[in-house]
Amino acid sequence: MSEIPHLLVHEHADNVGVVVVEGLTAGTDMLCCVTHDNSTFRLTAGADVPIGHKIALKDLNDGDTAIKYGEDIGKIIAEIPKGGHVHTHNCKTKRW
Amino acid sequence: MSSKYSNITVKAFRRENGRVGVRNHVVILPVDDISNAACEAVANNVKGTLAIPHAYGRLQFGEDLELHFRTMIGTGANPNVAAVVVIGIEPGWTKRIADGIRETGKPVAEFSIEQNGDFETIRAASWKAKEFVHWSSELQREECSISDIWVSTKCGESDTTTGLGSCPTVGNMYDKLLPEGITGFFGETSEITGAEHICQKRAINEEVGERWYKMWKAYQDDVIFAHQTDDLSDSQPTKGNIEGGLTTIEEKALGNLEKIGRTSQYIDILEPAEAPKSGKGLYFMDSSSAAAECVTLMAAGGAVIHTFPTGQGNVVGNPIVPVIKITANPRTVRTMSEHVDVDVSGILRREMTIDEAGDELIDMIRRTANGRNTAAEALGHREFSMTKLYRSA
Repeated sequence: MSEIPHLLVHEHADNVGVVVVEGLTAGTDMLCCVTHDNSTFRLTAGADVPIGHKIALKDLNDGDTAIKYGEDIGKIIAEIPKGGHVHTHNCKTKRW
Repeated sequence: MSSKYSNITVKAFRRENGRVGVRNHVVILPVDDISNAACEAVANNVKGTLAIPHAYGRLQFGEDLELHFRTMIGTGANPNVAAVVVIGIEPGWTKRIADGIRETGKPVAEFSIEQNGDFETIRAASWKAKEFVHWSSELQREECSISDIWVSTKCGESDTTTGLGSCPTVGNMYDKLLPEGITGFFGETSEITGAEHICQKRAINEEVGERWYKMWKAYQDDVIFAHQTDDLSDSQPTKGNIEGGLTTIEEKALGNLEKIGRTSQYIDILEPAEAPKSGKGLYFMDSSSAAAECVTLMAAGGAVIHTFPTGQGNVVGNPIVPVIKITANPRTVRTMSEHVDVDVSGILRREMTIDEAGDELIDMIRRTANGRNTAAEALGHREFSMTKLYRSA
């Protein structure tokens, strides 16, 4: 891959991906890579998101399930637009 | 079946019981907290020895006391230790620990403080420690197979890059080396929460998987649900995990479990600090997810090298076991490189495959077994943290 990806996604079933570059700013046309098969797509970052934090791959609604590794990683508790920052302010564990 | 990993050899220390160690420590081991001062004095007198002070060992009882004995005996018995001086306040528990270590066949001497005082104890123990240093420093490394090495893993200050890069690197190493006959350890009971359905299926058979699930469920019911005051949102995930982008325990658990790769299966379950008894293979140890506690328990179980994926930069080490740090986080590589042994940040840039990263880790295990000091060793990280199950009497 000649261009370094901005966002990595584990599986095609996932609805969130991980920012893997420092200093990502809102409006960046991100190269996104699905690590399962190295397929790529593009997505516009909707916010300044720190390295390691997640971005929604599609519009997510209150009550939706966040999917990463193709698995349930918790519940969405506030609307998140496609490209938006997903973290503790809008996603919670279903355990504990 | 032969693979390119079958012929890897290392120069290491073959101990009296046949186990292979990669370090050659003379340990001065306190039975209890009040014997720390004497142990540290002996270690100060005799260069080339290592005191391992700790906080416990008095008025413990029941399973908590058994865990104390297992941890102490296991630490002394670890093949990275050539010989041990045990010092306790009284002779009873001191002898029990010394005798437990003695079963390995390695030299052990014990001393107790009551009716002697610190001065006389330190004098007598120092003479013995000096004798052990002269003896152990003439032991030679010999050629051993990679299959003789027991490798543990536990990740720390994880973030989303650990699930993408450093944990799959460890998993790839296990997928390659477990078939060659190494013995492996993983654990972190609370941190499988959210991935327990996957972990149960990675057992060698249904019976082992059922026992694993019962162990995991007992921790949930007896510890988490019995003591929680909130949703553990400041503890699991930790503040560092959250800073690194991990949002929930489920997300953290799925990344954690990447450490056992794609094909590895665990063959049995161990109590904390318990040594494997079912032969070569991968074991799940019921253990804390706190770094120093987990590494201490796995070292007491007999692991001689620890592989430690980190995202945000956990700096943990261990007194007797070299801890190899692996990170995929480019910011951690940039800001904390003195702590990093294996940089796999190329995985995030798609410049390095997991297969290549696994090979780099295997090579670092080989070099570490041959004697290369890890970053944690060079920086003097010797965290020894004992797990305590409940209050002492």
